[in-house]
Formats: sequence, C-alpha cells, structure tokens
Amino acid sequence: MIYPDSKIVLEVRGLCATVNGTEILKGLDLTVRRGEVHAIMGPNGSGKSTFSKILAGHSAYEVTGGSVMFEGQNLFDLAPEERARAGVFLAFQYPIEIPGVINSQFLRLTYNTVQTHRGKEELDPLEFDDYVREKMKLLEMSPDFLERSVNEGFSGGEKKRNEILQMAMLDPRLAILDETDSGLDIDALRIVANGVNQLANKDNAIVLVTHYQRLLNYIVPDYVHVMEAGRIIKTGGKELALELESRGYDWVGVEHKAVAGAVA
Amino acid sequence: MSATLQNLVNQPYKHGFVTSIESDVAPKGLNADTIWMISTKKKEPEWLLEFRLKSYEAWLKMEEPIWPNVHYPKIDFQAISYYSAPKQKPKLKSMDEVDPELLRTFEKLGVPLHERMALAGVAVDVIFDSVSVATTYKDKLAEVGIIFCSMSEAVLDHPELVQKYLGTVIPSSDNFYAALNSAVFTDGSFCYIPKGVKCPMDLSTYFRINTEESGQFERTLIVAEEGASVSYLEGCTAPAFSSNQLHAAVVELVALDNADIKYSTVQNWYAGDEKGVGGIYNFVTKRGLAKGVNSRISWTQVETGSAITWKYPSCVLLGDNSVGEFYSVAVTNHYQQADTGTKMIHVGKNTRSTIVSKGISAGHSNNSYRGLVKVAPSATGARNYSQCDSMLVGQNSGAHTFPYIQVANNSSQIEHEASTSKIGEDQLFYFAQRGIDAEAAVSMIINGFCKDVFQQLPMEFAVEATALLSFKLEGSVG
Repeated sequence: MIYPDSKIVLEVRGLCATVNGTEILKGLDLTVRRGEVHAIMGPNGSGKSTFSKILAGHSAYEVTGGSVMFEGQNLFDLAPEERARAGVFLAFQYPIEIPGVINSQFLRLTYNTVQTHRGKEELDPLEFDDYVREKMKLLEMSPDFLERSVNEGFSGGEKKRNEILQMAMLDPRLAILDETDSGLDIDALRIVANGVNQLANKDNAIVLVTHYQRLLNYIVPDYVHVMEAGRIIKTGGKELALELESRGYDWVGVEHKAVAGAVA
Repeated sequence: MSATLQNLVNQPYKHGFVTSIESDVAPKGLNADTIWMISTKKKEPEWLLEFRLKSYEAWLKMEEPIWPNVHYPKIDFQAISYYSAPKQKPKLKSMDEVDPELLRTFEKLGVPLHERMALAGVAVDVIFDSVSVATTYKDKLAEVGIIFCSMSEAVLDHPELVQKYLGTVIPSSDNFYAALNSAVFTDGSFCYIPKGVKCPMDLSTYFRINTEESGQFERTLIVAEEGASVSYLEGCTAPAFSSNQLHAAVVELVALDNADIKYSTVQNWYAGDEKGVGGIYNFVTKRGLAKGVNSRISWTQVETGSAITWKYPSCVLLGDNSVGEFYSVAVTNHYQQADTGTKMIHVGKNTRSTIVSKGISAGHSNNSYRGLVKVAPSATGARNYSQCDSMLVGQNSGAHTFPYIQVANNSSQIEHEASTSKIGEDQLFYFAQRGIDAEAAVSMIINGFCKDVFQQLPMEFAVEATALLSFKLEGSVG
C-alpha cells in the first residue's frame, strides 16, 4: 500500500554491474518506500535475478557503478550477512539444499543470530519450537519439515514455503522475492501468496521479481516495473502487469526507444 | 578457492605454546643401550627388558611401510631422543602437588582438570610428555576393583596382568611402528576391569607432547574381564613446534566373554603451519580383541591434528556373536595427510561390525579412508555394514577411499556405501543471506555431516569435538 510521506527503504541510482566481465545491469534506478509492494517484470535475461542477488550481496557479481542506499546507509558497505541482519531478505528462486543440517536447527540459528544483532532476546530450543510452529501454520506446513535436512528432498513448493517461513521469522524491512511463483502449483501459489500478504505491513517493503503476471493476481503490487537490458524502462500501476500479460514485453521496448529517441 | 573459504580454513593452531618444565632427555639415537637405559630408569622387571629387546631385534629387520597414501621425508630414527621425563617428585598424592606450571598448561588447553573433570565425574590419568604425573579417582575405582594407572606403575604393581596381556593383541612384530613402540615405549595407561564390573565413570587420559624432538611412544592396555564394561576417553593436543615429531603409540584392548569396551579419541596434535612446515607424524597401531562370546569393541575417533596420520583402529572378532564398531571423523587442512580407517576381522560365528567414516578435506590436504573387512571361513553368518562419506572444502583438497573386502564364507553379508560432497559457495551465500556468517555456517554444515559419529561420543567429549572441528575449519573471515 502507498502511504504518503513514507520513509524510503531502498534507493537505487544508476546501478551498473557485471558478471564474468559481461555487463548485466546498465544504470538501474528504483525507489521503494515502506509499506509498498513493487513488482519487477521483464523477459528472461533482462537482469531481474541479477539485481536481486546484487542486493543480497552475491560474490559472483561485480558492481561497477551507481549507488544503493538501504534505510539511509550505503548497502555496499555491508557484508551479505550484515545486510540480512539489517533487514534485507531474499527469497531464493532456487533455495539451496544443505544435507545433514536439520531444518529446525538452521531456522533457530538464523532466527537467534538476527535477533541478537537487533538487540533482542534469543529463544531456547523449546521456546523456538513453539514460535516456529506458530509461524508454520501461516504457510500450512507440516511439523515434520523441522526434522528434515534444509531443503533436501523438498518439492519445489515446499522449498518456497520454507523461504517464506524464514521471511516470517526474520521480519525483514525489505523482502525480495525472486521468482517465488516458479515451480508452484495453484494451491501452493495461493498458500505462499497468502503468507506474503499477511506479512506485508506499513513498516516493510516487498519487491517481487517475476516473469509472469500470475503471482500478481494474489499479491497485488502498488507499482509494476518493466526491466529490459539491465534497466527499468517503464513503471506503472498494477494494470501494467495485465497489459504485459496480454501484449507481451516487446511493445514496451519499442515505446521506450521511441521516447528515448524523442528526448535525444 | 574463494577468499572466504580460504580464510575459513586458515585458522592458526590455538594450543601453540611451550611450557618451560625442565626435561630429563635421553641422548638421541636408538640401540640396545638406549633400551637398557629406559628399562633401568623405569626400574622394570627382567621380562619386560627382554620383551623390549626382542621387539628391537624384530624392528631392525623391518622396513617402514610405504603403502599408505602419504608422503614425507625419510625419518632418521637415530636423530630422535627416545626418553624424556619432566622432573617431578616421584609420588603425588593429590593435584595440589602437581607443578603449577603444568596446571597452567592444562588451563590453557581448556582442561581445568582438578575442578571440571571432577564435576564431570571423569577420572584423568594425565600424561605429560612420557611420564604420568597425576591420577585422580584411583581410590574410588579401586573400591570396585578397577585398576586404572600409568603403564609404568602397572608394570611395577601388577606385573602378572601386564605380562599376561601385553603384546597379545598386537605382537611386537606386527608392523614397523608397533615393533618400535614395543622396544622403546616409555609410558601410557593401563586399565583392568574385573569380572562383572561396570566401570562407574568414563576413564580419560590427556596426552600432551612437550619436548621438542622427543619421540612419543605411548603404550595403552585395557582388559575387560567377563561381563565387564568400560568407556575410555583419550584426548590429545600438542604445542606448535616447527620440527616434526614422531608419535607411534600402541593401544591394545582385550574383551572377554560378554565384556564391552568403548574407546573414544579426540586427536589434535600439532598439524604443521599453513605451508605444511612442522607437525606431528602420528603412526598409531590400535587393535581390540573381542575374545569372548558376545563381547564388543567400539572405536570412536575424531582426528583433527597431526601433519601425517597413519592409523587403523581395528577389531578382531574372535568370540561368537562379538561386535566391532568403528566411528570416525577425520579432518585435514593445509598440507595435512591422513590415511586412516579400520580393519574388521571376522573369525567367530555371527560376528557383526559397523564402520562409519566421515572424512573432511580442506586446503591442500589429502584424506584417505582405508578399510579392510575380512571374513574368515569360520565366521558363519558374519555381517558388516560400512559407510564412508567424504566432504571436500575448496578446490585443492583430495579425498580417497580404499575399501578392501575379503570374504571366505558365503553365508556372510557385507554392505558398503560411499558418498562425496562439497561445501559450496552457494551454501555459504544462503547462510549469509539469513544472517549467518561463514564460520558459523561451516561449523553447522560440518557438524551435520559428522553427527552420526558425534552421537557415539560421550556427552562432554561431543561438545569438545564440536568446538575442535570449529576451530580447525573456521577462521576470521574477511
């Protein structure tokens, strides 16, 4: 929801980045305020996922220009784990499997680590068990998730639910959901979207990175951005997503070039 | 290897310090005179001197084993000093009498023996260099007839028991290093659990090398009589010296009918620096004889130290229905080399064995599992289950598995499972994205990988092992 005079959570200016020497982001601008839900759409290879990984601090990408301010501080001054503690959350497109590490122990470690850095109390295993089971209800997860290895042998839908469960636990200021809808059947999509909707509030912001409009039927964005060739070329309201669904992405690029040509 | 992983595995050895206790060191070199000197200094009976000399004769005719997958410069056995004893009052009645310098060493090692071990209910036979300086709980154990003392004391106070069992599981001609140990061993532990007695507490020994270039030749013998049971803990750390130190221990276990011996080790000898300079050569022979029916020998080891490890705690399952177990975690980093595993020799009927081995290789290290499962013609109905898992950290480490299976009885059942995995950058990124730094992440992954083995360790040892693995594989990040 758009709130007047809401504080800026994320301010991206002219962001350029490369991976293995190839330029992926070429001057990306984006402003996200508290309370807002943004959707970033675009064709494959437009740089959507790269952008979300750069925000989280993935080491494979090199930032070559521009700036990103998060809650008033330079995001690039923070190591990946510091960003997470400060409230940047990335729901992975492909959550990583960690064989041998029990989910409940992993969840408790991440919860307690983040809590400690926010000056809050840690939970002991029994307290945490109560806490996490309550959160799992939000995502209709069975308690046996807790005893399995992190993401190992999880179905696509189970992995995504486990991601949103962590979002619910860590209470981020900025949640970036990278293709969270991919690989979900319609029931799982509804459950995950319902979870995200319940977590959205006036103090946090959500950035949905998605290829399809489908997710946006469930999580309604305040802004829709179209990304192409490493920058945002069009921004609109939720109706833009529907237009993209019916007309595809090509016309946006054509329009963008026409406008750019006119300005020049 | 990425910068993160590189930093992670490059933590310096925390126990690197040298205490300044004056040593009584023998001149370098080995000959019959050296052996005579050791035996005399220790006031040993004639039969033991003969045992030593016979072993020395055997050793002279043997060659160093070259089959392990480890590489190191040839050892000059004449450049080693074979005896070193800290100058101590000969008799110590309580811990108060122990050299305060020594106690401070244990404090640094995190072994506040006089307090914490007592609270934990663990009796500790402290080995410092080669001579026992203090034994706790001896009286309490004596009440139930358990003998737990240094090998030197056992030789003088219980010669008939030592003579009956010494060298019966590992004959002095068994292998090059066992022969050397049999010739020159200076001290170690002796433990005797009489018939029907369940040892009321875990028995524990801390080993510690303190003198530069002094060989360590520990000798341990544990005998559990009919229906007896004991859990024995061995832990070691050593200071950071730059020259290599040879450690060739021998451990013999004997379990009679229905007896049960559980032997747990946490090994953290100095491993050399990050360039592979220095570190202990750990050439150990450990073997348990499950002699009686329904007897059980269980080895659990957490091997984190030493420049080179050559060690195969084994079980000879002689008694019908006897059980052998081997649970191992071996961690190598930098230029460490480990060739470790077990031998399960099935002789009795319906004998069963379990092998669970977890190898973790980081840096430029090489970690090999080598195991033999042998079923004799007499071992009808024998069963073995083996699981060997390897984990690689970084791009430059190696993991190798050499399983040998020899079956001469067609009613036996042998299973072998193996896997290799890797700690990936993506896993560390996933942890980081949840606020968990790389150190804590590696620790959690490793502990998850090793939990089948850690579960076998006594509680307080499991905690210690977890901490040890953490500081072996973690370092300041960034």
